[in-house]
Amino acid sequence: MAPKQKWLWCAWIALTLSLAVIATTYSFGPGRQWLLPGKTTHGHYQIELSCDACHTPWLGVAEKACQNCHAAELKAADDSHPKSKFTDPRNADRLRLVKADDCVVCHREHLPEQTRSMGITMPMDYCYHCHQQTLTDRPSHKDFGFETCATAGCHNYHDNTALYENFLLRHANEPDVTRAPQTPALNLLATLIEEGAFTPRPALTSEDPDGPASATLNAEGLSEWLGTAHAQAGVNCTDCHEQPDGPNLPKRWVDKPDHAACAVCHATEQSGFLSGKHGMRLSKNLPAMTPQQARQPMKPKAAHVELTCVSCHGAHGFNTGSAAVDACLSCHNDAHSLAYKSSGHFTLWLAEASGDAPPGSGVSCATCHMPREQTESRGQQLVHVQHNQNANLRPNEKMIRSVCLNCHGLGFSLDALADTALIGTNFIGRPSLHIESIDLALRRQMTLKKTKPETSK
Amino acid sequence: MRSKNTTPLIAALSVAAAATLILTGCNEASAAKPAGFTPQQMADGLFVVMSSDRAVYTKQVVNRLQNEEKVIKASEHWQDEKGLPLPAQMFRMGAETVAGKNPGFTYSLLSLWPINKQNAPKTEAEIAGLKFISDNKGTTNYYTEEVLGGQKYYTAVYADVAVSAACVKCHNNHDDSPKTDFALNDVMGGVVIRLPLK
Repeated sequence: MAPKQKWLWCAWIALTLSLAVIATTYSFGPGRQWLLPGKTTHGHYQIELSCDACHTPWLGVAEKACQNCHAAELKAADDSHPKSKFTDPRNADRLRLVKADDCVVCHREHLPEQTRSMGITMPMDYCYHCHQQTLTDRPSHKDFGFETCATAGCHNYHDNTALYENFLLRHANEPDVTRAPQTPALNLLATLIEEGAFTPRPALTSEDPDGPASATLNAEGLSEWLGTAHAQAGVNCTDCHEQPDGPNLPKRWVDKPDHAACAVCHATEQSGFLSGKHGMRLSKNLPAMTPQQARQPMKPKAAHVELTCVSCHGAHGFNTGSAAVDACLSCHNDAHSLAYKSSGHFTLWLAEASGDAPPGSGVSCATCHMPREQTESRGQQLVHVQHNQNANLRPNEKMIRSVCLNCHGLGFSLDALADTALIGTNFIGRPSLHIESIDLALRRQMTLKKTKPETSK
Repeated sequence: MRSKNTTPLIAALSVAAAATLILTGCNEASAAKPAGFTPQQMADGLFVVMSSDRAVYTKQVVNRLQNEEKVIKASEHWQDEKGLPLPAQMFRMGAETVAGKNPGFTYSLLSLWPINKQNAPKTEAEIAGLKFISDNKGTTNYYTEEVLGGQKYYTAVYADVAVSAACVKCHNNHDDSPKTDFALNDVMGGVVIRLPLK
């Protein structure tokens, strides 16, 4: 082989290997961002580098990808338009127009120029295809555009649990404030004991910590920890810090246990955390979310905080009051968050914190965005904090039943949630918008009463 | 919450089990040699299961607990009012659960006088079938074939009759009911069963 040919072969091999290394690095490492075909929606950008969370190896979308993360909330919302409605052959003509049996027909990813509120990539008048008869059945709707059905605060495609007509009528004419806040008390410890998952232990004292000498807390840390529900319940250092490296492996001391350690007792909370924007990266084995990566305004000094359980709850203090307000405001820097401390809700929170008002009467960030929910857990009614802060946020009418109606009337809630300026001021003032839903329902009820023949009753 | 989850599941499993038995046969002889049910026999068998389950739910659950023992009420808004689903709602939830399992056949409860307009007949077969069973007072079923979305179906329509005073009262009084003079044993609607044909 001629020297020149040898040189060319070597160069070709070196170039090929270099390209292979670069391609591999950028395709499977953190640099794979270049593979994204377009900007990802606000709901998925945190996990956009975990391509296989949604995609098949050949860039299709896995059939169950959407259901894997969203099935539970659709079920909780009693989805108004489940897939099964459209797979009935009688709707074949409608499916030809809108292929509504497939999530990604309405919610296509990586199409920022086409993506509207709620990640919808369809023209907003999609209701037209199936609900044209509404214009004749409901004369009050004859002047409404189909593009406004789901954008005017009246209807949602999936979740109408707080918007359906009978619900509107039952909550018509309610005052703005119906009752004082009363957040239910958490009952995890009692539930775990009742389930037999935790044996009651005596409260721990400063003599009891069982960690190694190398991991001794300072006096301040020890004092903080002794005041926690953990120490009161007899949960010692090794209960959290001794973790196995894997299934069936012996436990060893871990200086910084991760969310899996918390999940031993707080499984429900962990599940919510990993489903929400704070923890979803961890659920896909990506590095923890940091405020720097957020698309909402965040405080610069918090840019590099890695979001785990302890970033909000502290490593040893576990102060739920602090986690419910201070932790949020240490990162969030948007108008709504910044206005919170000027709001009536915060006044209630201060009154509770100072002891001037009873426990559960304050309204923190978490009261609305991480509400306490009651669910059945192995036969017990568990009151827990929903740690998926997005579960009731978009569309915000999802918040009506789980949060707003605990204190406010439905009419006020609908108006307030539709008023983006009022949301910006953290509800300081009154709604400047009015959603007509309840008025329309009341008017229709009156009309039907007048026209209904008495004999039919 | 428990009743919300289990009621349609029980209905779905019953229908699915019946369909499995009909399709596969239920004794050794039929297992060795397929029974060769016609589409009509298949549809009729499914309808017997559906209508029997619904009758049991109506009489042994709703009528007993609501009207006889007065323990709990059945309500259209049963989740918010902590009541029992109406028999028609139970039937529809079962149909949706079955559809979610994609067993190959579908069924729905339709009416010429639907409370929810989405349950009005749409296809030519549905319109003709519901009119036929209504004209014949539910004495004769309606069978036909139709093509929907490029697929050929055997379509059977069975009368849905007002079996109790509660059915009549609810439909006659409902704000969204287009017909308010139903009487006991009237045909109020029809069950439409579709089987795909090759």
